[in-house]
Amino acid sequence: MTGTHLGMPAFPEAAREAVGNSTLRANLRHATRTIREKRALAVTELDDWAALREAGKQIKDHTLRHLDTYLLQLEEAVTAAGGTVHWAQDAAEANRIVTDLVRATGETEVVKVKSMATQEIGLNEHLAAEGITAYETDLAELIVQLADDRPSHILVPAIHRNRGEIRDIFRERMGDWGRPAPEGLSDIPAELAEAARLHLREKFLRAKVGVSGANFMVAETGTLVVVESEGNGRMCLTLPETLISVVGIEKVVPTWQDLEVFLQTLPRSSTAERMNPYTSMWTGTTDGDGPRDFHLVLLDNGRTAVLADEVGRQALRCIRCSACLNVCPVYERAGGHAYGSVYPGPIGAILTPQLRGTASEVDASLPYASTLCGACYDVCPVAIDIPEVLVHLREQVADQGGHRVEKAVLGAAAWAFDHPAVLATAQRAASLTRALHPSRLPGPGRAWTDSRDLPQLPDKPFRDWWKRHHEGKEDAQ
Amino acid sequence: MSSRRQMLDRIRRALDGGAGPGGASPAAAVSRAYAHEHGDRTPAETTDLLVETLEQYKAAVHRAAPGKVPHVVARLVAEAGSGRVVVPTGLPEHVLGLVGCEVEHERPGLTAGDLDTCGSVITSCALAIAETGTIVLDAGPGQGSRKLTLVPDHHICIVRAEQIVGSVPQALARLSPARPLTWISGPSASSDIELNRVEGVHGPRRLDVVVVDRG
Ligand code: SF4
Repeated sequence: MTGTHLGMPAFPEAAREAVGNSTLRANLRHATRTIREKRALAVTELDDWAALREAGKQIKDHTLRHLDTYLLQLEEAVTAAGGTVHWAQDAAEANRIVTDLVRATGETEVVKVKSMATQEIGLNEHLAAEGITAYETDLAELIVQLADDRPSHILVPAIHRNRGEIRDIFRERMGDWGRPAPEGLSDIPAELAEAARLHLREKFLRAKVGVSGANFMVAETGTLVVVESEGNGRMCLTLPETLISVVGIEKVVPTWQDLEVFLQTLPRSSTAERMNPYTSMWTGTTDGDGPRDFHLVLLDNGRTAVLADEVGRQALRCIRCSACLNVCPVYERAGGHAYGSVYPGPIGAILTPQLRGTASEVDASLPYASTLCGACYDVCPVAIDIPEVLVHLREQVADQGGHRVEKAVLGAAAWAFDHPAVLATAQRAASLTRALHPSRLPGPGRAWTDSRDLPQLPDKPFRDWWKRHHEGKEDAQ
Repeated sequence: MSSRRQMLDRIRRALDGGAGPGGASPAAAVSRAYAHEHGDRTPAETTDLLVETLEQYKAAVHRAAPGKVPHVVARLVAEAGSGRVVVPTGLPEHVLGLVGCEVEHERPGLTAGDLDTCGSVITSCALAIAETGTIVLDAGPGQGSRKLTLVPDHHICIVRAEQIVGSVPQALARLSPARPLTWISGPSASSDIELNRVEGVHGPRRLDVVVVDRG
């Protein structure tokens, strides 16, 4: 994984630092609570949620069980549709493939859409060392990149920055990267977004190479899917002449029909929306529409090692919705940076030590950065039993022993239990989410009044909601 | 040994020597007990639901009888103050009959830079999904290439009532993966700044959906 996070302090130290940072803590608390409450409502609207969750789990398990077959099928379909497939065993190989592909175009700039896989391999840093500038184009990623930061949340990477800080970063740094911030830029979110729009549009219009990840790859058709909100994904996937997508091998699903499950569960779990603003799907290349060249880089980088562990392999079902982060009492207090990897929160605590091994202090401490309250499992749209994997990994760390590791481990466990608020929140979060019953949700009205920006979701399943809406009308007739 | 070969070998070793029992047939392995559609609705109710879900995600919806579409389109272009609109091939000409400004037709060689100078784009769609408030474009007749509906700041999309399906599963069953697809649910948005939803970061900041009633 990337060097960016190496040399990180082990979990308890990093967490202690984070707890001392009041901006980070306040922003995180506000963010995780807001998203958490909205997600619960968005999920309650579908009365078949449990069946969708089970189907999602089964599709992913089945795919993993036959991963070789589906990757070969995917390769054949992508190739038949005009794309080129590359296989990368580790970060170094993936970075080299991408660098060579960019070089072959003669370009020295690429536009990028947020992708955890490319963060995991440290692609931007590698390209920079090779003289190629990668421009991040998500609003949050842009903030993180301009500020020279590391992201702190899967979904809202700049959650540790408030609007005043963002304005300052834009004013001071945009000029160094391209079009400067407008004169007199204020800290109103709409103005900040407008500044980002202008700054990035210039880059989109001249970009010749785009780099992305993907949320799903369909083996039978060769289709890639990117789910997003802002439209920068569409820009990167559509305007450049060459598109390079770096995707973990676990992102494949067997059939086109399988998307019907994940396109219902992902947006609701992730941003608490019925559907995210934009979803792009493409299969190879299309004449006269979008990139002329399409390259898919299939990334292993530790995933086959995770696959070999029968308990741990369920972590590969993850669709990166971030719901588990938002319910996690440890994450809420400690923040994303404490996890020392691109994958923060409960999923990071089980994925990172498996991808990287538990040789380092921080990675050995991760399985202990939890109270095992189980809230993460309850919200997970693919039913990953995170506590089960944590316990399993703790056994491995314990077996491996060693003074350094022990110290890290005891520190992380003590940290969680030393914070009564963490435990209390854990219990509360668990009781709120365990049964997704309307009667046990916080007052729906209250949850929504703090967030006038988002439209209100009905607090009942569609079926009831529809009935309630329309019975009135029929009575009147 | 190639990386491809090594990765496949590692996967097979991880899985204990290859494919699991029963071969790779997702049909047998996955129980699809979830709903095909949430609730029973008449076609008219499905249209009502689409209007509601679109509006909740900040798209402006305009219902029109078939004969009134040119009026609505012309009014929306005028309200947006667009001096130039761009349209894809295959959009019925009569729809544009009352548009007061210059109309550019999509042609090969039209660049993103050209599109950046167009105020509005007018298209039809492949289908719309009522439960989620989603419009899907598949680059078919009247929809244009993907960049056409991405660069201009104002998108007017015409949805005929018979193009509306209830649910996501129904939509996927009708769509072809061989075509480039764009699913649009409200205008572009970001919640990256202190979780305030801001409409319109990179895609069109204004989305007008004209729902054409059955004739
Ligand atoms: S582990 Fe589950 S809840 Fe957490 S990000 Fe992955 S899919 Fe979402």
